[in-house]
Amino acid sequence: MTTRTIPSHELLRERPPAVAYKVPLRARLADPAFNTLAIAILLVAIAAVAYPLYFIVIASVSDPNQIYEGKVWFLPAGFTLEGYQRIFADPAIWRGLGNSILYTVTGSIISVGSILGAGYALSRKDLPGRKFIMLLFIITMFFDGGLISRYLVVRDLGLLNTMWAVILPGAIGVWNLIIARSFFEHSIPDELREAAQLDGASDFQFFFRMVLPLSKPLIMLMLMIHVVGNWNSFFDALIYLNDDTKYPLQLVLRNILIQSDVAASGNLSGDVESYAAAQRVAELTKYAMIVISSLPLMIALPFMQKHFTKGALIGAVKS
Amino acid sequence: MSRATSTRIRPPRPRPVKKPISFRLRRVVGAWQLYVLLAPALVYIAVFKYWPMYGVQIAFRSYNPADGFLGSPWVGLANFQRFVSSFQFERVLENTVWLAVLGLLIAFPVPIVLALLVNQLQARRFKQLTQTVLYSPAFISTVVIVGMLFVLLSSRSGLINNALQLFGGQPVFFMGSADWFRPVYVASDIWQHAGFSMVVYLAALTGIDPALHDAAKVDGANKFQRIRHIDIPGIMPVITVLFILAIGNLLNVGFEKALLMQTNLNTQTSEIVQTYVYHAGLQQAQFSYSAAIGLFNSLLNLALLVTFNWVARRATKTSLW
Repeated sequence: MTTRTIPSHELLRERPPAVAYKVPLRARLADPAFNTLAIAILLVAIAAVAYPLYFIVIASVSDPNQIYEGKVWFLPAGFTLEGYQRIFADPAIWRGLGNSILYTVTGSIISVGSILGAGYALSRKDLPGRKFIMLLFIITMFFDGGLISRYLVVRDLGLLNTMWAVILPGAIGVWNLIIARSFFEHSIPDELREAAQLDGASDFQFFFRMVLPLSKPLIMLMLMIHVVGNWNSFFDALIYLNDDTKYPLQLVLRNILIQSDVAASGNLSGDVESYAAAQRVAELTKYAMIVISSLPLMIALPFMQKHFTKGALIGAVKS
Repeated sequence: MSRATSTRIRPPRPRPVKKPISFRLRRVVGAWQLYVLLAPALVYIAVFKYWPMYGVQIAFRSYNPADGFLGSPWVGLANFQRFVSSFQFERVLENTVWLAVLGLLIAFPVPIVLALLVNQLQARRFKQLTQTVLYSPAFISTVVIVGMLFVLLSSRSGLINNALQLFGGQPVFFMGSADWFRPVYVASDIWQHAGFSMVVYLAALTGIDPALHDAAKVDGANKFQRIRHIDIPGIMPVITVLFILAIGNLLNVGFEKALLMQTNLNTQTSEIVQTYVYHAGLQQAQFSYSAAIGLFNSLLNLALLVTFNWVARRATKTSLW
């Protein structure tokens, strides 16, 4: 068979328009109308999400009186760093920060380590009792002892008012365990393990030398879920800790931001005028605190987004 | 004994199908390293899941710390009766259901709509920008979100009230009014979480075969029609699963946020079952009474989950199990 080669000038020549019939006006306008509508809605959504965040940033460096009078809209007014200075001068915040780092690092290592180990063991089809053990985990997703009896268990264990009460009770989420298990099931082929076993590798050796190095995306995802989760959590600290030198940052933030614990964020003197002034400065401190406490995660966001999306999808589809 | 005689006649059979105990034991022992890997998680659920589950019997007892879970006197359903007949019962239950249903009806569809819109966009830059911006509040902690609500909605100096006054309105005391608790709660929930859920649906949308869209385009279908007949059916399984999960968590939603948003002035609408458990149980140390309320809540939840899963399996052939 011979093929006729088409000369290039013939290819480039303009063809007559293929559409012979007339597309109705409504049909022709449908897509442009959709595009305009979609972009309009999304622009409103973007503004609705971004503007409050932006406002908090500019408010945190503005003169509190200007905010009070409603003069801050798009640019900071009466630039001041007093809010930030007060935060950095507050020992409670530094202590909270230190505690949060300690709890987050310890807690995340414990959680991720346990989840990876258990997830791998449960992904092995040759694990005796696999189905029964999995059932034990699944049951806990549907039945829960509840807040009160969990509190009593923590108390009976003597963990109240220790860092372990913040770290341990919520250490392992079954959902994450399932994500880990299905990751291992899909990405660690049985043949690989059989080959390693023929070479005399034990389960430990295979897990630590082969499985873990092959599971970096999963490890990253799990680390991020737990770092963000531990960093942002406050409730366990609220119920299990009563010594405020052990409070994590979120609890310190709650006391200042929400309970309006003015005494904690500034000194108070008697007369009304200085009270009002102190209140305004306290408001300013709140803006600055919101910025300071959210900034680390916001900066890390672009790097984390990819992993989170992946994990969210595994979670949604693998159920 | 008849079996022994028959084996003599027939040729020797392979070993019986049921493996002897010693063989299974050897397999279990051989896998000891796997059990070691499993151990921390097993110890965890034993201590922090099953022990509290066992301890939930205090809901049927009159708990006192000296006697422990087992030693405290049995009182049957007295704690449940006390809750059901208390003046709090109706209010707390009503508040919980309101918050949950509003959240489900209003907050659940928003990310789906957003995802369908974003998915149709051609401009990649704009698509990426939308995702990143809408997604970002998901990483802010509940404490900070509620803190933001307090400063932005403050009646003295908040952004929203300043804007209201600019347009000639009267300042509204959002955080201190029972009427505003639910709208503020649901709206801020959408503000924080719609972007994250949107990304999940977007990921599901990328799984739809582009050939379907191409074919529909050739047939002259516009974007509205393609969304209706290709995109929505395509992500229906994901929607269903997420919906069932949302139902299963219906009465657990946002307890921490409700607790943080609570002020003395809005308890009329903000006291939900779980905040009530917290107040009665941990702040007033009525352990048995509040454990009963908690148990009541989780049983209700479980019933909802099972019912809706059953309905979903019947209606759409998609279900959790």
